[in-house]
Amino acid sequence: MAPVTIDAVEEPADRPGAESGALVLRAAGEWLISTAVEVDRDLREIALPQGRRVVMDLSGLRRIDTSGAWLVLRTEHLLQARGNTVAIRNLAPSFEPLLDQVRARGVLEPVPHPVPVHHTLRGFVGRIGAATIGLGGRSYHILGFIGLVTERSFELVRNPRRLRLTAMIVQMEQTGVNALPIVGLLAFLIGVVFAYQGSDQLRRFGAEIYTVNLLGIAILRELGVLLTAIIIAGRSGSAFTAQIGTMQVNEEIDALRTLGLDPVQVLVIPRLLGLVLTMPLLAIFADAMGMLGGCLMSWAALGISIPQFLEQLQSAIGQWTLWVGVIKAPFFAWIIALIGCYEGFNVSRSAESVGQQTTLSVVESIFLVIVTDAAFSIAFSLLHV
Amino acid sequence: MASEPDEAIIRVRGLVNRFGAQTVHDGVDLDVRRGEVLGVVGGSGTGKSVLLRTIVGLNRPAAGTIEVFGRNVLELEEQEWHDIERRWGVLFQDGALFSSLTVAQNIEVPLKEHYRMPLRLMDEIAAYKVGMVGLPEEAGDKFPSQLSGGMRKRAGLARALSLDPEIVFLDEPTAGLDPIAAASFDQLIRDLKSSLGLTVFMVTHDLDSLFAICDRVAVLVDKKVRVGTLDQHLRDDHPWIRSYFHGPRGRAAHPAGTEAGQEAAAVPA
Repeated sequence: MAPVTIDAVEEPADRPGAESGALVLRAAGEWLISTAVEVDRDLREIALPQGRRVVMDLSGLRRIDTSGAWLVLRTEHLLQARGNTVAIRNLAPSFEPLLDQVRARGVLEPVPHPVPVHHTLRGFVGRIGAATIGLGGRSYHILGFIGLVTERSFELVRNPRRLRLTAMIVQMEQTGVNALPIVGLLAFLIGVVFAYQGSDQLRRFGAEIYTVNLLGIAILRELGVLLTAIIIAGRSGSAFTAQIGTMQVNEEIDALRTLGLDPVQVLVIPRLLGLVLTMPLLAIFADAMGMLGGCLMSWAALGISIPQFLEQLQSAIGQWTLWVGVIKAPFFAWIIALIGCYEGFNVSRSAESVGQQTTLSVVESIFLVIVTDAAFSIAFSLLHV
Repeated sequence: MASEPDEAIIRVRGLVNRFGAQTVHDGVDLDVRRGEVLGVVGGSGTGKSVLLRTIVGLNRPAAGTIEVFGRNVLELEEQEWHDIERRWGVLFQDGALFSSLTVAQNIEVPLKEHYRMPLRLMDEIAAYKVGMVGLPEEAGDKFPSQLSGGMRKRAGLARALSLDPEIVFLDEPTAGLDPIAAASFDQLIRDLKSSLGLTVFMVTHDLDSLFAICDRVAVLVDKKVRVGTLDQHLRDDHPWIRSYFHGPRGRAAHPAGTEAGQEAAAVPA
């Protein structure tokens, strides 16, 4: 037997106990979630009558669960909506509580899936507006945070004993010493790649030796410090956001405040100061490793010996080339630490938000680092450095 | 669906759970009968949640057997496991709703996974389940983050019930709810149990819930389980069980327990 049989037949008037003229809908088999698809399909195929008396005969129903009960009641509801009077007959007593339970909640129409707002033109324009206003608001708040941190830093100048030296040293270890391997390795590889690509191009002009000039200027002025800043933004800026954000989720920041401690003094200043002090050192290390990589590659690919390399390097770079690069490091560090901490405080009280703010912090700080780098380039070219 | 009242739907024998050097369970024997509400209590760290997680297969025990529906769940093939999974539902502590999906979509996840169902029917079933657990109609379209703790638990229960399971596992269903919400949640479980014939395995700390809806209580003490009715536990002279049921809170919940349950039933949910 098919799991479901439904038929709409005219009830013969001569049968005892029958309602003459009523239409009978027979349900049979198992009305369960596993058969709901077939039952639903069969039910939808029936052409429902209008303005009749309908009897739903459930005597053939062997098993039923909430989905089946829902389908029974939906059918009843649909029949009633078309002006029929409906009676349910031969419902097994053991199914009654279930049907009552379903009936008690009424027949809910499923909530329609709305078209997402941003799929409409109006929504699209609105989104641009909202993003613009949001950007303005964010800039305003970041400025406020910068002001707060600056003010607290000045307090520290007046009262240096309030500096949390241990926390700062710990931060310097985590953001500086522990970052040495990855910064060194990447800078070394960039040096290798630059030497190789540069030599390949310059060889055509017989000017291989100028690979050294290219390396010296590019790495010392730009790449060493920029690479360091990007690695640190990804490694330490994100860590700042995640650490402070997790504290925010655990209400640790609120606990600090109730204990009379200033979160900026306790959490931001050590990170900010630590990073501003370590980043120039990291940049110098990255420069050295980059030059080492370039030097080894020049020797291997071009046969430029190490003394030759050093001699050429000395003539290629000026007294200031290194410092023009390194001077940018504390500014980058300041941006990364500030954004990292700011986004950490912006975490709302959910774990999901920690992830969102961390992503945001990395994207924002890399963006600002590159914008600042461009500003430095313009300034240096105006100053003829 | 006629069945013997004493049929064990879950049968745990000689269960041992260890984490590193720490033994949490040492020879736990437990039967859950079809159609009963079993409360599981115990002090912090006695492994109430671990027991639940072990039965539903989230944690592999060091030794012992676990039979659910008469099948040893520790030795199931993937397909058999899939079949058994649709016969139980789990409500985690904070609902564990998927945060990127609306409540209705959350309820549809198991429907989609186990049955190929037309979208409209799935929407109807989801809307009905939303109503069944006592959520307002419009809650179906909301995201979990837009709901209160009590509503999230109801939504989690709706997802656990979406496949019409025979057993539901509840991990501290009333923790973190205010007394009114907790009482109405108790009432909901009781209603669903009587109308759907559910078997309920409920980890709880809530003495009021225990007295209001549990048929039997399993107490985790000394790395083992003692199962019995509340009356039996009230007469037990194990020191922890004594101080649990006869402590100030236990005393407060017990005599008032049944009355409070009935009062709560009168309050519209």
